[in-house]
Amino acid sequence: MLTMMMSIAHRITGAALYFAMLLLAWWLMATASGPNAYATVQWFMGSVIGRFVLFLCTWALLHHLLGGIRHLIWDLGYGFEPNEREWLARATLIGSIGLTLILWIVGYMVVGAS
Amino acid sequence: MSVTGHDMRTPLQRVRGLGSARSGTRHFWRQRLTAVAGIPLTVAFIFVVLALMGRNHAAAVQILGSPIVAVVMLLFVLNMTYHMWLGMQVIVEDYVHNEFRKVALLMANSFFCIVVGIACAYALLKLSFGV
Repeated sequence: MLTMMMSIAHRITGAALYFAMLLLAWWLMATASGPNAYATVQWFMGSVIGRFVLFLCTWALLHHLLGGIRHLIWDLGYGFEPNEREWLARATLIGSIGLTLILWIVGYMVVGAS
Repeated sequence: MSVTGHDMRTPLQRVRGLGSARSGTRHFWRQRLTAVAGIPLTVAFIFVVLALMGRNHAAAVQILGSPIVAVVMLLFVLNMTYHMWLGMQVIVEDYVHNEFRKVALLMANSFFCIVVGIACAYALLKLSFGV
């Protein structure tokens, strides 16, 4: 059940990141455009909605990254035993949520320190 | 392109020109290639984002304009937009079976990834060269 959900989650996070790339493009274009555009994009990213979207993007990125590593392990021919598949699925989910929280805590510490 | 009923053509003649044959391996390989490259590039990208957090415009420009950061970011956006292109192509091919809609979405996918990739790359180059 979990392994099935992880499979579709890999597609969903991939598709979400596809559109999330627009945010990076917007941010880079704004930064290249000048201080005014930069202030606008920073205001959005710092808003409640912006933070929420970025939080989801962080999780999607890490989940897709770990899920991708899981797929590469399978490509090499390992991890096909039922208990291994279960373990990998759990590690992907727990790892992505854990790393997302750690990154955001580090992020807030970085901003707080500067 | 019906394959049921009375069809005088040989099986080979029916499948010729439908595509997919022989190009699947290359697609599979490039998906994995960009996936493997994406692992260190994404880790590097996360560090760059952390370094950029809470910075004003001048500091952000300076960080993104430094050669190592610029090259890593360029590799990241180009690798990732190519990976996105391949991935979305698979999603469209898996779920969209109407021929016209499939072709239209595959075209839209190509345009989207090229536009996003070029926009990111151009912005990064502009930040580096400061034109």
